[in-house]
Amino acid sequence: MTTEFSQDFFQLFGLSRRFALDSQQLEQSWRAAAAAVHPDRYASSPDAEKRMALMQATHVNEAYQTLKSPLRRGRYLLSLQGVDTQEETNTSMPLDFLMAQMEWRESIEEARDSSDVDALEALSSRLRSDKRALEAELGNALDSTADLDAAAVMVRKLRFLEKLDQEIGDAIETLLG
Amino acid sequence: MALLQIAEPGLSAAPHQHRLAVGIDLGTTNSLVATVRSGATTVLADEFGRSLLPSVVRYQDGGQVTVGYDAQREQNHDPHNTITSVKRFMGRGLSDIKDAGSLPYRFVDAPGMVQLHTVAGVKSPVEVSADILRALTQRAEASLGGELTGAVITVPAYFDDAQRQATKDAARLAGLTVLRLLNEPTAAAIAYGLDNGAEGTYVVYDLGGGTFDISILKLTRGVFEVLSTSGDSALGGDDFDHRVYCWILEQADLHGLSAQDTRLLLTRAREAKEALTEHSDTRITAILSDGNAVDLTLDQDTFRQITKTLVDKTLLPVRKALRDADISAVDVKGVVMVGGATRMPHIQKAVADFFGQPPLTNLDPDKVVALGAAIQANVLAGNKGEDEWLLLDVIPLSLGIETMGGLTEKIIPRNSTIPVARAQEFTTFKDGQTAMSIHVLQGERELVADCRSLAQFVLRGIPPMVAGAARIRITFQVDADGLLAVSAREMTSGVEASIEVKPSYGLSDDAISQMLSDSLAHVQDDIEARKLREAIVDADSLRDATLAALRIDGDLLTAEETSAIQLVLQQLEQATASHTTLQVNQATHRLNKATEDFAARRMDRNIQRALKGQKISEL
Repeated sequence: MTTEFSQDFFQLFGLSRRFALDSQQLEQSWRAAAAAVHPDRYASSPDAEKRMALMQATHVNEAYQTLKSPLRRGRYLLSLQGVDTQEETNTSMPLDFLMAQMEWRESIEEARDSSDVDALEALSSRLRSDKRALEAELGNALDSTADLDAAAVMVRKLRFLEKLDQEIGDAIETLLG
Repeated sequence: MALLQIAEPGLSAAPHQHRLAVGIDLGTTNSLVATVRSGATTVLADEFGRSLLPSVVRYQDGGQVTVGYDAQREQNHDPHNTITSVKRFMGRGLSDIKDAGSLPYRFVDAPGMVQLHTVAGVKSPVEVSADILRALTQRAEASLGGELTGAVITVPAYFDDAQRQATKDAARLAGLTVLRLLNEPTAAAIAYGLDNGAEGTYVVYDLGGGTFDISILKLTRGVFEVLSTSGDSALGGDDFDHRVYCWILEQADLHGLSAQDTRLLLTRAREAKEALTEHSDTRITAILSDGNAVDLTLDQDTFRQITKTLVDKTLLPVRKALRDADISAVDVKGVVMVGGATRMPHIQKAVADFFGQPPLTNLDPDKVVALGAAIQANVLAGNKGEDEWLLLDVIPLSLGIETMGGLTEKIIPRNSTIPVARAQEFTTFKDGQTAMSIHVLQGERELVADCRSLAQFVLRGIPPMVAGAARIRITFQVDADGLLAVSAREMTSGVEASIEVKPSYGLSDDAISQMLSDSLAHVQDDIEARKLREAIVDADSLRDATLAALRIDGDLLTAEETSAIQLVLQQLEQATASHTTLQVNQATHRLNKATEDFAARRMDRNIQRALKGQKISEL
């Protein structure tokens, strides 16, 4: 089996180019593709084939990681349509979102300062449910209304939420340590 | 067990042409070699029927090398030249070995990896490991009656790039073809999963002689997917021996022991630990070189007390791995125990308590890793069995590069499925910059100084551009052995530099374990240090921007105004040298204030020029 590098990641796994996807089907397709091109299958092949397998396996893993994460999937779908999400450059955010961010940060800091792992875990699960809601909105903007500008804003928001989640995770690890 | 059907793989073994391939567990305390023979996986024994080969090498005057039991027997009276637990020194500098002082070796602090002085000359850990591998190869070839095609060698999942590279080098030195470096817990899972037809999420708890590894795997229809790994590369059964040894010193009030006596008591300590697996107490006796006798009794309770912190220490990486896999203890279907040290009853109890179920112990914890490696070697050599399965492993530690101000930018996060590649773009920091130094790091900490340095190289010939205009794309490629290659390319000109990340072994930074425990304990320090570095980076770029503006548009200022700005610039330099975050930030703030007017005037001028059709970018 060969992997077409010219295909987009959705085509690679035989999925339609939409935000909404069947994560089980994605996982299964990835496993099948990864099995076909994994370097272990080419351990006694010529070097050129080994190199090709390494490249293809890497590509398949990259495709899977991109589609698996809603944030990366959203960003990727936008880039396929020529929209740059400007996550590094565009920092203008709706005021209410920024306010909410500050509140999150304060809550995390408070929980961290009082070494309250349970509070951090609770914040994490609340944040994850916020994230899921935003992901649903993003899916709607991409798949139904095709409002790409709104979708780009949502990707930037999601990025903020992922960072917050990571901060919570780091704080929990610190406290456990 | 239902197994995944694989589309035509690129294997070309002729039917009936069985290739001799082995799996080698190159352990800290013991090593083993196993193979698949007529469909059955077996550990190959020596001529006396012994499966284990103690990982002990003795070097004698005249160059004679003894490996295994024969070497182990001599270690008490020839401790300097009898090397045990050499795995702990692989890919490590002297500063990484915390207990070097209490070990009987004459270490040589070589650049890169530590070396050992013996009567047969200076030996590197790679050479010592190669001697162990040679002994195992001889055993296998004698037993199988032919030359080996290749071997799968296991490494702790938590081994970093330098340690993996050192292991591969040892194999090369021993004349072995390495089919794959395989993570020990993954090997155990293969042996276990294929034997038991398991499906679901499993935890492999691997406490070896010198390393502790935890891996979480998902087994689905013949696919072994590693979800996360964690561990401590400086924690193992040896540490339990050492606790008992310290207890003996304390109880018998012993000081300043010779290397021989140290060795003898460490051996007694290990024997006592092993005896306590079966008995509630054990007697420890020894006659020291000065004729004094040691005679103590150690009971199970005392042993549990003096080693409790070690047991607790293993549960931390367990929690981390669960978090990384995004599952909790109740989702775990089974816990596989690997490594001789997991025979200790209080370890089994701690694990059972944590996961709410007794751990699985039906495969010999000493052999399970070698068995799994043999199964993998059989497939990689092209001896296809009826069953096909696939192994999807991960990278244990994040990879990144150094950015401005001594900070690390992570490029591949830990627990990414391998093979993996990631590219990231960076830009120049100064106008006209033509070279860029790339510093590759491995670890979880924010500061470069706290991560393991893997390699450093320079990308030259970047076409001179204004700061921020060049686009340098750095690509990290991690192969299926978990080994890294890095390349860098300037996108607008195509200038390229690449490097196979080879033994810079131990551009000796902190030990990996230290990196990890520190990253937990010192996050607060990190934040402070990071704040300072960021402040300095900000200050420096503001200073550079101000100087550039003075050069270009200095005519917009009066002499007085110019000297006022110069004064604040000087204060900024002093503040930067003070290394106090607050002072740096204040000085930066003052310079910003002092140049506000100047900036407004420059803006006006630029607009004027733009209106006249000049491009601002040319300024």
